[in-house]
Amino acid sequence: MIPSAFEYHRPGDLASAIGLLTDHGDEARVIAGGHSLIPMMKLRMAAVGHLVDLQAVAELKGITVEGGRVTIGAMVTQAELIGHEGLARAVPLLREAALQIADPQVRYVGTVGGNVANGDPGNDMPGLMQCLGASFTLVGPGGTREVAARGFYHGLYATERADDEILTRITLPVAAGGYAYEKQKRKIGDYATAAAAVLLTKSGGKVASASIATTNLSDVPVWSEAAAAALVGSDCGAAAVKAAVAAMLGDIDPQKDNRGPIEFKRHVAGVILGRAIARAWARA
Amino acid sequence: MGKKMQVSLTVNGEVHEVLAEPRELLIHTLREKLGITGPHIGCETSHCGACTVDMNGRSVKACTVFVAQADGAEITTIEGLGGPDGLHVLQRMFREHHGLQCGYCTPGMITRAHRLLQENPQPTEEEVRFGMAGNLCRCTGYQNIVKAIMAAAAEMNAKEAAE
Ligand SMILES: Cc1cc2nc3c(=O)[nH]c(=O)nc-3n(C[C@H](O)[C@H](O)[C@H](O)COP(=O)(O)OP(=O)(O)OC[C@H]3O[C@@H](n4cnc5c(N)ncnc54)[C@H](O)[C@@H]3O)c2cc1C
Ligand code: FES
Ligand code: FES
Repeated sequence: MIPSAFEYHRPGDLASAIGLLTDHGDEARVIAGGHSLIPMMKLRMAAVGHLVDLQAVAELKGITVEGGRVTIGAMVTQAELIGHEGLARAVPLLREAALQIADPQVRYVGTVGGNVANGDPGNDMPGLMQCLGASFTLVGPGGTREVAARGFYHGLYATERADDEILTRITLPVAAGGYAYEKQKRKIGDYATAAAAVLLTKSGGKVASASIATTNLSDVPVWSEAAAAALVGSDCGAAAVKAAVAAMLGDIDPQKDNRGPIEFKRHVAGVILGRAIARAWARA
Repeated sequence: MGKKMQVSLTVNGEVHEVLAEPRELLIHTLREKLGITGPHIGCETSHCGACTVDMNGRSVKACTVFVAQADGAEITTIEGLGGPDGLHVLQRMFREHHGLQCGYCTPGMITRAHRLLQENPQPTEEEVRFGMAGNLCRCTGYQNIVKAIMAAAAEMNAKEAAE
């Protein structure tokens, strides 16, 4: 379980980190918490010539909640996100979901930026960020650009980020209303068999707005506009939930793997979304 | 072979300078270069927690950290928990409450429990179970591990109140 050899770099600022990525081209790879990358390197499924450690880049740290917007530095760990009281008040969905990721040791080092940049459909943060309408800031040799989470994921480990860009921060609006992240896993610390993020607002006993996304039910996270549309204007009763589940099932494309056959995953996806909607509605 | 680099680690209060390839895993540096064999290798795939050490105030799986990443870090292992006056409260309570059978998971369990109690000195049983979820035990069924940690928390709090 020893990865192939690499050269190690620990730049002290963002410009130097980008400089290293530019100098070493596709030989170079950034490492954040390393809790997705190191296992891949140990299995020799990822070969890296130059490892650029982001731990000393101060620009990538910190959480701010200000004027209805939240900014999370890419190097903020899951544990720091969970422990931030202001963030938990502004966007309680984030803490609820982060507590369902992996185990304490992984959450101490695994970063939010690494989780969203990784491009693994098993990661919980990408679907969550799509549900919340987050955007990612990418900085590269050519400058800075903003990409919506809903447009970031193209396929298995394929994202909008270019090899020489660093994801520096995540920005999202404060999320009012009911929320839930519901995750079915085989055991604690496991990736999702199926998971769903739901945000709802209520007005006059009806669903005023909704946002729904799923995890690990396609090769990318799925933000289901159709599922949300099935709820808006309804009383969130059994018929509306059934319609939302049917719409979501039309948008996902789960594959058979060691978490089960396709039929099972579709069944679990329906149950999970039903529960997530019920919990979000009860909190709306 | 990769180029070696000089790495500085403070382990249990003692500074060590080691020459290592950056790809070396921290657990191997600790066990093979420094002879600190308390932290164990159970799975080497980031799942079992037997290799847990405290690094800069966080519980980490030392099989999932490159030694290069740990350059400059402060590390505490099970060897650093007991004092000159004997066992740490957690160690005593694991013994008293039969929190171990084969003992393979125990150094990781106790090192993790130590950090948990630093962060949450009065945990509920549920919080202990949630906080210990990254450490697997094949023998005990966890019941006595949880009991031992609860008992250690109670003793540490009683001692604090008395002071
Ligand atoms: C036992 C175990 C269980 C786990 N369970 C879960 C789970 O249930 N849910 C879940 O979501 N995750 C889970 N994970 C993964 C964990 O959350 C990772 O920490 C996370 O996926 C990646 O974050 P990282 O900081 O460790 O990134 P790294 O592993 O350092 O990086 C991951 C990838 O993203 C790239 N990258 C990282 N940061 C940036 C950046 N700022 N800009 C550009 N590219 C970047 C890296 O080059 C690499 O390709 C688990 C991991 C383990 C070991
Ligand atoms: S040996 Fe590190 S987690 Fe099992
Ligand atoms: S006591 Fe044997 S593995 Fe825990």
